[in-house]
Amino acid sequence: MTPTPQTTPPAGARPLLEVEDLRVRFSRRGQPATTAVDGVSFSVDAGEVVGLVGESGCGKSVTSLAVMGLLPSRGTRVTGSVRFDGTELLTMAPGQLAARRGKDLAMVFQDPMTSLNPVLTLGRQLTEVLRAHTDLDRAARKAEALDLLGRVGIPDPRRRLGEYPHQLSGGMRQRVLIAIALACSPRLIIADEPTTALDVTIQAQVLDLLTTLVRESGTAMVLITHDLGVVAGTCDRVNVLYAGRVVESASRQDLFARPRHRYTSGLLAAVPRVDAPEGTPLQPVRGTVRDRLEWDAGCAFLPRCGRGDGACRTGGIPLAPTDADRARHPDHEARCVHPAGATT
Amino acid sequence: MLTLIVRRLGLLVLVLFGLSILLFAWVRALPGDPARALLGQKATPAGIAEVTARYGFDKPVWQQYLTYLGRLVRGDFGASINTGQPVLSTFTERFPATIELSVAALLLAVVVGVPLGYVAARRRGGLLDNLAVGGSLLGVVVPVFFLAVLLKYVLSIWLGWFPTSGRQDARIDATHVTGFYVLDGLLTREWDASWDALKHLVLPALALGSIPLAIIVRITRASVLEVLSEDHVRTAQAKGLARSVISRRHILRNALLPVSTTLGLQAGALLSGAVLTETVFSINGIGSYLFDAVNQLDYPVLQGFILFIALVYALVNLVVDVSYGLIDPRVRVS
Amino acid sequence: MSALDAVGTTAEPDAEPTGEAGLGPWAAAWRRLRRNPSGIVGAVIVLLFVLVAVLAPVLAPYRPATGQWFGEVTPTSVPGPSAEHVLGLDSFGSDLLTQLLYGARSSLVIGVVSTAVGLAVGAVLGILAGGLGGWVDTVIMRIVDVLLSIPSLLLAVSVAALLGRNAVSIMLAISAAQVPIFARLLRASLLAQRGQDYVVALRSLGLRRRRIVVGHMLPNALGPVLVQATLVLATAVIEVAALSFLGLGAADPAVAEWGRMLVTAQGRLEQAPQLAVYPGLAIAVTALGFTLLGEALREALDPRSDR
Repeated sequence: MTPTPQTTPPAGARPLLEVEDLRVRFSRRGQPATTAVDGVSFSVDAGEVVGLVGESGCGKSVTSLAVMGLLPSRGTRVTGSVRFDGTELLTMAPGQLAARRGKDLAMVFQDPMTSLNPVLTLGRQLTEVLRAHTDLDRAARKAEALDLLGRVGIPDPRRRLGEYPHQLSGGMRQRVLIAIALACSPRLIIADEPTTALDVTIQAQVLDLLTTLVRESGTAMVLITHDLGVVAGTCDRVNVLYAGRVVESASRQDLFARPRHRYTSGLLAAVPRVDAPEGTPLQPVRGTVRDRLEWDAGCAFLPRCGRGDGACRTGGIPLAPTDADRARHPDHEARCVHPAGATT
Repeated sequence: MLTLIVRRLGLLVLVLFGLSILLFAWVRALPGDPARALLGQKATPAGIAEVTARYGFDKPVWQQYLTYLGRLVRGDFGASINTGQPVLSTFTERFPATIELSVAALLLAVVVGVPLGYVAARRRGGLLDNLAVGGSLLGVVVPVFFLAVLLKYVLSIWLGWFPTSGRQDARIDATHVTGFYVLDGLLTREWDASWDALKHLVLPALALGSIPLAIIVRITRASVLEVLSEDHVRTAQAKGLARSVISRRHILRNALLPVSTTLGLQAGALLSGAVLTETVFSINGIGSYLFDAVNQLDYPVLQGFILFIALVYALVNLVVDVSYGLIDPRVRVS
Repeated sequence: MSALDAVGTTAEPDAEPTGEAGLGPWAAAWRRLRRNPSGIVGAVIVLLFVLVAVLAPVLAPYRPATGQWFGEVTPTSVPGPSAEHVLGLDSFGSDLLTQLLYGARSSLVIGVVSTAVGLAVGAVLGILAGGLGGWVDTVIMRIVDVLLSIPSLLLAVSVAALLGRNAVSIMLAISAAQVPIFARLLRASLLAQRGQDYVVALRSLGLRRRRIVVGHMLPNALGPVLVQATLVLATAVIEVAALSFLGLGAADPAVAEWGRMLVTAQGRLEQAPQLAVYPGLAIAVTALGFTLLGEALREALDPRSDR
C-alpha cells in the first residue's frame, strides 16, 4: 500500500470535513451542566492541514473527540453537524461509525505512555487495525506492519513486532501510534497534541515525521495544539479557539502577519522577542479563562480585552471577514467587533 | 524466572525452618512436663515414660531439636494422641475431601463472580451494580459458619432440597479411586455415585465460596472500572474495532490480572473456612481433623498441621507469582 | 516559547474549586464522612453496638448464663417468646435476650482489646522496621512473613490452644494475627514517606530522626491506621465468634458469647432455629457496621472523584 500523493482538489469541491455549530454539554450528577464546546464551526479540505489552537479548557480536545464519536454516551449531549465527505456522523449508528474509524478517520492521541495496551505486543496492536478494516491475510498483515514501522522510522522493526510497549521510549511509542493511525490510509487524521507529552528534543522529530507522512500520502489532518510555534511550521489554515468557539480562522500567513481578533493579537504580542530592546516588559494577556462572558451575552473575551466596549456586549457576533480583509483576504475571518489593525 | 523460583523455594525452606523452631519451642512452653502436656488427659506413668523415650524429652534440648528436625524431614510428624494414627497418613487420607470442597467453592466463586463483577462495572450505577456491591459486602461480613448453619437449616432441613451432611450417601456402594468422589464416580462410570457426591457438595461449596465470591466480585468490578478509564481503551475505540473485540481483548484481559493474583491469596481463607464448613456439614476433610485436634488439644496433629499449611500456602503463592509473570509481560522481563 | 504559555501570568491564583477552602485535611475528611450515607449507617451500628455492650447490665432483663429456667427446656423443645422472656430461652435455660446483650459485651471487649494490642505491637514493629531499616528491617519482616504464612484463623487457633481456654488467650490469639497487618502498614507508610520531599526538607533543617518520625511521619500515617483498625475490628468480631465456635473460648458452653451460642444452636436447629439466627445476625450486623464505617473512613481520608 504505497502512499499516493494527492493532487490539489478542484476548486469548489466539497470539503472533506465540515463541522457546523458543534456544541457539547456535559452534565454530572449533582453538578450544573458545563458547555465545553459552544458552537464550533470549521472545515477541512482534502489534503489540507488545519490547526486548532487554544489554551487548556477551550474545548479543542472535546471537539476532536466529538468528531470521532469517542465521547462517553452517558452525561454528554452533542448537537450540531459533523459531515465527513457529505455524510452526517453525529446521527450515524454506533456500529457504522466504528466501521469508519480507523479506516476513513484516524486519531493520534496525546499521551503515548498510556495510549497503548500494555499486555499486547506492538505487532498485535498494529495488525488488529488491519484485520478489522482490510482483507489482507495474516502474512500480508505482518508485511504491512513491518512496512509501517519502517515508514515511521522505527529501527529493527522485525524485532519490535514481538515487543511490548513498556520496552519502548515515549518517542518510539508515539511513532507506533502514528503508524497505527496511518495503517489503513485514512483520509483524515486528527492529531491531538501529539508531541506535548514528549521530551522537547524529540518533539520536533516526531512532528516532522507526522507532517511529512501526511503530506506524502495526501491525508488531511487536524492538528490540535496550544503551541503557536507548532502551528507556524505545519498548518495550511489555523482556527483559534476561545471559550468553546472559533474566534479567528485564517491561512497561516494571514494569521501571523495580520492577526485580527484581540485574543490572537494578544497571544502573538505576548511572545517575547529576541530582538526587543533589553528590559522590555513582557506583555501577557491579562486575566484568566474564568473571566469571561457567555457567548450569548457578547464576546467571551471582553473582560480580558483592552479594546472592548458596549458594542461587544451583543450576542451572536458572527465569524466574518473584517472590513480590512473583506476585499482582498475574504478567507480571513474573525469574531470581533473591534479587530486589530482595523481602520475604524 | 528461574531465579525467582529458586529464590522463593529458598525462602520457603527458611520459613519452614523458622516455623519448626517455633513449634518446637511451643511444645516446650506448655505448662508442666512436655510428655504430660502432650498426653493431656490420657497421661499415665507408663504412657509418660514411653513418650519421653520416644521423643527424647530427657535428652539435652539441642539434641531434641535435631531429632525433631530429623523426624520432620523423614516425614514423621508424630502420631495423633487420640487416634494413635500417624499424622501424615491421616492428612493424605483426608486431604482429597478438602481439596474437592475447596475447588468446588473456588470454581463457584470464579464462574459466578467474574462475569458478575464485569457486568456490574460495565453497567455502573445500575441495579445489578448495586446488588453486586451490596451482596459482596454481605458475603464478607456474614461469618462462614453462620452461613453454613443457615444454608443447612433452610435448604436441607426445612426444604429438604439437599442432603444435610457427609460426602456421599452410604447406601450407594461407590468405588473410590482418587478420593475425589465426584471424579471417582465419573471414572468408574457410576453416574449415580457421582451425582450423589455432587449434591452433597453444593451446600458446603456455597458456604465456603461465599467469601471468595464476594472478594472476586469486588476486585473484578474495581479492576474493570479502572481499565475502562484507561487511555488504551480509547485508542482501541479510535481504531474502529468491534465492541466485542474491545471488551474481550482490551478490557477483560487487562482487568483479569489483579483478579488472578487474588485467587492464590484465597487459599488461606479457603482453609480457614474449610475448618468451619466441614464441621457443620460433617465432612471428613482436614478441616474437621483440625477441629477435633483443637478441641482435644492433640498437639502432634496441630504441629503437623501448621507446618503443612505453611508449606501449601507458600507453594500456592509461588505458583501464583510465577503465573503472574506469565500473564503480565511487564513483570516478565524484570 | 509559546505565546499561549504567557497567558494568565498576572492573574490571581485560582480559588479552591470544591468549596473546601480553608479546611484542614481532618476537617475536610470529617465533612466528607458526614455526607456518606453508608458511613453514617455504619457509624450508627457501631455506636449501637458499643452502647449495648457497655450498658448490657442496665438493658438486660436478667443476669446472664444463669440457666435458671432449665426446667422449661425439654429435649424436643425450647420455649419461644413469652411475656417474661421477650425472645424466649436458649437451650441451657437462660434468657435469650440477656445472652445476646451480654454477648455484645464480650465481643466488644475481646475485639477492642485484641485490636489494640495487635495495633500497638504491630505498629512498634513496623515503625522500627521502617524507621531504622537495615538488618532490623529484614529480621522483623521475616518474622512478619512467618506469621503471615499461616492463615489468621489457624494462627489464632494455635495461640489459643497454647494458652488455654480463657478470654485472655483468645485476645492474644487474635492480636497475633493482626500484628503482621499493622506492622506492614506502618512500615509501608514510613517507607513511602521517607522518600517524600518534606522529609528530606526536614532533615536538611537538622531535625533529629526520631523527631521527624514521631512528630511528622506518624501523624500522616494515622489516617490509614485508623481505617485499618476499624476494618480489623470487623474481622476481630467474626474471629472471636469463630474461635468460640471451634471451642476455644471460655470453657463453659453456656456462656454468653455469640459464637458459642451459634455452636450449641446447631443441635437444636430444627426445633428452634432462632437460637442460631439471632446470634448469627448479631455477628453479621456488627461486622457490617464496622466494615461500612471503615470503608467510609477510607473514602473520607483519601477522596477519589469516581466511586
